[in-house]
Amino acid sequence: MNWLDTILVLFAAFLAVFWEAAFQGVRYLLGAQIDLLPPLMVYASLCAGLNTALLLAVCGGLWFDSLSANPLGISVLPLVVIGVAIYASRELILRNQTFARVVIGLAASIAVPLITLMLLLTTGHKPLLGWGTLWQVLVMGCGGALATPIFFELFGWLHHKLGRAQASELSFRPDREIRRGK
Amino acid sequence: MLKRPHYIALGLVVMLTLSILNLPSQTRARLKLGIGGSFLPLIGLTSSSQRLVERASDSMVPRGELLRHNDALRQENQQLRLQLKAGEHALQENDRLRHLLGWQQQSRLKLRLARVILSEPANWWRTVQIDLGTRDGVSNNLPVLATTPEGSLVGRISQVSLTKSQVVLLGDPNCKVAARVYPSGDTGIVGASGPLDSGFVEMGFLSKNANLKPGQVVKTSGKGGVFPENIPIGNIVDVHSVESGLASVARVKLAANLGNLEEVWVRFP
Repeated sequence: MNWLDTILVLFAAFLAVFWEAAFQGVRYLLGAQIDLLPPLMVYASLCAGLNTALLLAVCGGLWFDSLSANPLGISVLPLVVIGVAIYASRELILRNQTFARVVIGLAASIAVPLITLMLLLTTGHKPLLGWGTLWQVLVMGCGGALATPIFFELFGWLHHKLGRAQASELSFRPDREIRRGK
Repeated sequence: MLKRPHYIALGLVVMLTLSILNLPSQTRARLKLGIGGSFLPLIGLTSSSQRLVERASDSMVPRGELLRHNDALRQENQQLRLQLKAGEHALQENDRLRHLLGWQQQSRLKLRLARVILSEPANWWRTVQIDLGTRDGVSNNLPVLATTPEGSLVGRISQVSLTKSQVVLLGDPNCKVAARVYPSGDTGIVGASGPLDSGFVEMGFLSKNANLKPGQVVKTSGKGGVFPENIPIGNIVDVHSVESGLASVARVKLAANLGNLEEVWVRFP
């Protein structure tokens, strides 16, 4: 597990959850708030490893539920499901392709609210549902699809700035060393 | 594919989540408030930066305009003082008459202004968080009103921590209000609305013979023990029959703009 990646992902999740609760511009414009945790989960499962993805699911889900009327812990399981599913098939995904990132981000951002709603209904809660929910899920999907490649670029840049620089190749080659005898 | 340590980590996470979900409701609420408390520094940072921006924009307003505004406010203040005196006189008279008739004395309205600091991040609930908590005397189920002159109903307090509280807004499935239509006097329950139209709610449990017309005023009926009587909710938009004509449901346009709440009143008993 790369600790720098883990810390960056968790910090981004903390800020993302706060942004969702503090800034409602997207909701005023489109009638639904975008969830940034699924795109972060896509990045974590493809680039940072399963442990980071699981940590993100636990911390991000609990942070999200603490600011929401959701029962505490309900958002963790959908994120875990998506994170594990992406991690298990990461060798089949062309993670460097923007199109692949957009498609995976779209799928994750649609799947997470649907699983959460299913869990809420299963546990006897009554969330606000109607035909408008389809529009909301669509907005969340499109928002997540757009955010996913942005997160990849952002974390790539942060990694480049904060991570260890790759050691440059030395001109010294052991096979060209002149061995001197006595 | 997944390796053994991954399965162990996954199992631990699932177990942790299930145990949190199965905690007793009070413990879970405390844990939720504790985790939510980690956002307090960010909330403070946001509000102080907002104040900074407001101050900067205030300093750019021309002095002449400020003086004109000040004069207008002074005049309005004088008018309101006169109205307050007249109101106090009427209130004293009301109290005296109640005393003479042997009626119960009406309690005075106790309000406290709160700032909305956060909104609901999930799309399937309608809540906001305000900056008053148990240290300010806030407790569960206190009514929350809009800062408009008529003080229409916004919702009720659903969770309280030391420094902040969660308000469940009208239209949320967890905020049901016993209401009465004026002048017809029909009673019903104001409940949830659609996920997109935050300005409207449905009023159900109305009699099939209810004499309802668009524009009639809906206020709290005081039944149910949570909301006091006569708090304005909104106006009827249209009425339709449900359950094969056995009952009616009315669509009510809310008087408060729930999509743009910045400050609210918390009404104390």
